[in-house]
Parts: sequence; structure tokens; C-alpha cells
Amino acid sequence: MHFESGVGHIGGNLSCMDILLSIYHEVLTDADQFVLSKGHAAGALYIALWSVGRLSDDDLKQFHRDGTLLSGHPPAQGIPDIPFATGSLGHGIGLAAGLALGHRLNGTHGRVLCLTSDGEWNEGSTWESLIFARHQNLDNLAVIVDQNGLQGFGRTSEVADLAPLAHKFEAFGVTTVEVDGHDHTAVAEALRSRPDCGPLIVVARTTKGCGVSFMEDRLEWHYLPMTAQQYEQACREVDDA
Amino acid sequence: MRQAFTDGLLSEEHRSELVFLTGDLGYRALEPLRDALGPRFINAGIAEQNMVSVAAGLARQGLRPWVYSIAPFVFARPFEQIRNDVCLHRLPVVLVGNGGGYGYGVMGSTHHALEDYGVLLTLSGLQAFIPAFDSDLATLIPSLCESQQPCYLRLGLGEQPRTWTAPPYGPWRKLAAGHGGTLIAVGPLAGSLWGPCLELPESRRPNLWCLSQLPLPELPEELRRDLAQSSRLTIAEEHVAQGSAGYALAMELLQSNSAPASFRHVTALGYPSGRYGSQKFHRAECGLDPISLLATFSSEAAP
Repeated sequence: MHFESGVGHIGGNLSCMDILLSIYHEVLTDADQFVLSKGHAAGALYIALWSVGRLSDDDLKQFHRDGTLLSGHPPAQGIPDIPFATGSLGHGIGLAAGLALGHRLNGTHGRVLCLTSDGEWNEGSTWESLIFARHQNLDNLAVIVDQNGLQGFGRTSEVADLAPLAHKFEAFGVTTVEVDGHDHTAVAEALRSRPDCGPLIVVARTTKGCGVSFMEDRLEWHYLPMTAQQYEQACREVDDA
Repeated sequence: MRQAFTDGLLSEEHRSELVFLTGDLGYRALEPLRDALGPRFINAGIAEQNMVSVAAGLARQGLRPWVYSIAPFVFARPFEQIRNDVCLHRLPVVLVGNGGGYGYGVMGSTHHALEDYGVLLTLSGLQAFIPAFDSDLATLIPSLCESQQPCYLRLGLGEQPRTWTAPPYGPWRKLAAGHGGTLIAVGPLAGSLWGPCLELPESRRPNLWCLSQLPLPELPEELRRDLAQSSRLTIAEEHVAQGSAGYALAMELLQSNSAPASFRHVTALGYPSGRYGSQKFHRAECGLDPISLLATFSSEAAP
């Protein structure tokens, strides 16, 4: 999909692919909602929606094409499973908190899951939203952090170091669980847990470009499209895994 | 106007979908609303970006959130959240900015909102409302509760002559008739001009119109007749020229081939002297006070 459309962002898509498959296959129910705060992983979201029959093969072929609904970041309308257009970082948790609070005020019982990147926590609005969600005790909200350690122009530890991120969340009084983000079972189990107070944060340790040797933990795959040769090698490695 | 706003929302308290969010403001004004709404009244803290995102989430769940703060804090700080989270999805969120224009007076420039509706009207589907009188809120608030699109409500100080009753709310209202030309004022500024206008002899008195809604509503036929007869138009607003009602009106008049012979636009100018003061002080510095506006107007109308 990325190769055919000649676009990048595949590194951050592969880092959260396992998380999204866990969410859509093992965690979400019909009453639940999902917000992709790291909107640049839209490709992975479209694949996850396709894998549960919410998008078709033909839909995926339109990725990044003129006239598509499947834009490089999630669209504002046209796909019922995508409640919000995202892409500017730092919006998703507030949006998810609003959805979760809406469930409470409406007396409905759905959960809301939200996936952020780790670099996204540079944004002050994420902390505003975390404070709000904790103060409102939104126990129907779960936030997953795709902690791949790389952001737009460097390692998160070198740009604006937030380590230890999980400890910071705990200092805000938020129940925090750390898991291997490529272990489907561990991600699903963590997300199924319901702490006494909300929200729940799952810090998922991941590898950018996971599954493709020449992409793994490499900054450039935040941006680069694949050549035909790289695409063939990537396919071989994924098939052999 | 804040009391009228609170009273208006209290009258809609029965709407179970109504949710009110404040950015930690409303002391000695919003307490009755807080008490009436219970869990549907949310003090979101001093975090306007999150407050607007949360409102978008609530609206997505079928609720009708109102987001309240001092005007600059509700339109400027969370602008991207208004653009991306609310307007891109055309969600029915009502943004309420208290103290539009120079409303916060000597509190200083950070608390003034001279660019609010101009900036917000660049966003798709958003409507701005600038009530002129306290009594407007009783009509506007039920209407905003029913709105299907993002709205911005700019609250100011309702300035109404004590001896007259304000006409019912409408996007355009004619407050005074005369033969001195046409004067359009946006929102509460119209109220400040109404009394002084009526004190002028009819020959020098302008037709005074109040505009309370943007994007520019269709011009009433009576206003078009006034413009055609007087050929002189002044539009005054407590907002900078860029993105203003005056620019929108000039465009409309040009496109409809009905531009008057004389067009004057009086706007907020920021801080010409570099000094701060009351709302009246700032209006006077910009020529938006009744004396300046009507004196110039009278001389303009003179043979």
C-alpha cells in the first residue's frame, strides 16, 4: 500500500501494527471507540480496519490516490469507524476523553481507546488531557503509548527527553502498565485490565519499522518511500517471520 | 450580559444533552448554572486546548457542549482544536467568549479580543453571533441549543437606553431612522450609539442599524433602500479591519453593484497611544465612541 502509493511514514506504522491488530481483534467491542492520536499511522489503522472487515480491498487500493477517503492521515468524514481526523499531534487524548465522558453522561458503557506516539508527549496539550482524564476519573478510557524511541528529527531521548515516561504518568496518579508492544497477548491483557481509577495508560515498547531489518530503529523510515528492491526485501522478511 | 447569559442557559437546563465547560472562569456569575447542571457542568481547568477537544468528543457522542472563557482564551489559545476537532467535523459546539472587543478594558491587551470573529469565520461552517442587548440572549440561547453547526457567541456589555425597549433579536435590526445617512454598528456598539443617535435632529440623524450575526446575513430590503437613498454608509465595529464585518459588507455591496457613494469603516485600531484604560477609553482612541462617530457623521451629512 505504501509502496504502491510512494509514500513514507511506514516506520511509525510498523511500530504500532501489532498494537492495532491486538486492539481490533482482541479488545474492542461494538460499544467501544478508538482514536488514533498518532495520525501519521493511518496506514496501519486502515490495515487493521481491513483485517476486521471494515474496509475492503478496493478501499485499500485507493490509499493516497486522488479522490480517496484514505488520506495520509485519518479523514474527518466518510469512515464510520474513524471518529476524528487526526494528524496534528496532541489532540487525540482530549478527544478520547470527551468521548469517554460522553459515555458517562449518556449512561452508556462503551470504552474508548486512544493510541499516541511517544514523541507526541512533547505537546503540552497531552498533559492537559491527562490531568483532565485523571481528575474526571475516566475509568472507561485507555491510552496506549507507542514507545518506539524515535520522533521527527531525532531520538526522543535526544530531542526532549521524557524518560522515564511511565514514572511521569504514575506521578500524575495514573495507573500505568508497561508491555512489549509487539506481544499481542500482553497488549490485549493490559488493555483488558480495568484499574480502580481511570484512565489506564499502557506504555508499549516498540521498534520503529518492526519486522523489516533495514527499517528497524532507523529515523529515515519516518519519511522515506520504499524502492522496488526494498519493497521486495521487506515482503520477503515479513513473509518469513 | 453575563447574567442574561446565565439566565438564558438556566432556562434550557432541562435539555439533557446540554453540557457546559468552563476554563476555570465564571466566579459570581455561573454558580447557579453549576448548581443546576450538576455533573453536566464541568470546570475543565485552565487548559483551553483540552477543553475544546473534550467538547468535540462530547459532541460526537450526541451531547451539546458549550465552552466558556474570556474571549481571547476561547478563540486564540485553542484555535487548532477549534479548526481540527470541531469545525472539520462540523460538530455543534458553542464557543462562548466573554468580553469581546475591548470588553476587559484596563485588564490589558492580553484580555482583549479584537480579532475573534474574523479569525473564527475563516473556519468552515462556523457562525458568529454578537448580541447587542441582554434581552437578545433569551432568543439566541434556545436557537444555539438547536444549532447543528459550530457557533461562536461573543458576549459584551449590553448597552441599552433605559427608556427604550430593545427590538427582538435578529441578525439585522433598525434602531433609528433619519435622513443623515446610514450607520451600521456591530453588536453592543449599536446600543452605545442608539441614545445619542435619537438625540440628533432627524435631518442629521442616521438610519442606525445593528448587525449581530456573521457571516454576513442577507441584507434586508429596508437597509438596501436606506443605502440607496442616503448614498452614505458608515460601519463601525470593535474588531480590527482584517476579517471584519465591514470588509464582508463592502464585498457584498460591490458584488451586488450597490456600493454607496461614500463608505467609511471605523474599527478597533489596537493601542494607538500605547496606553490602557476602560472599554470607553479604547473605543474613544479608535473613534468608536458615540461622540466621535456621530460628530464625524454629522459633518459628513452636512451640506
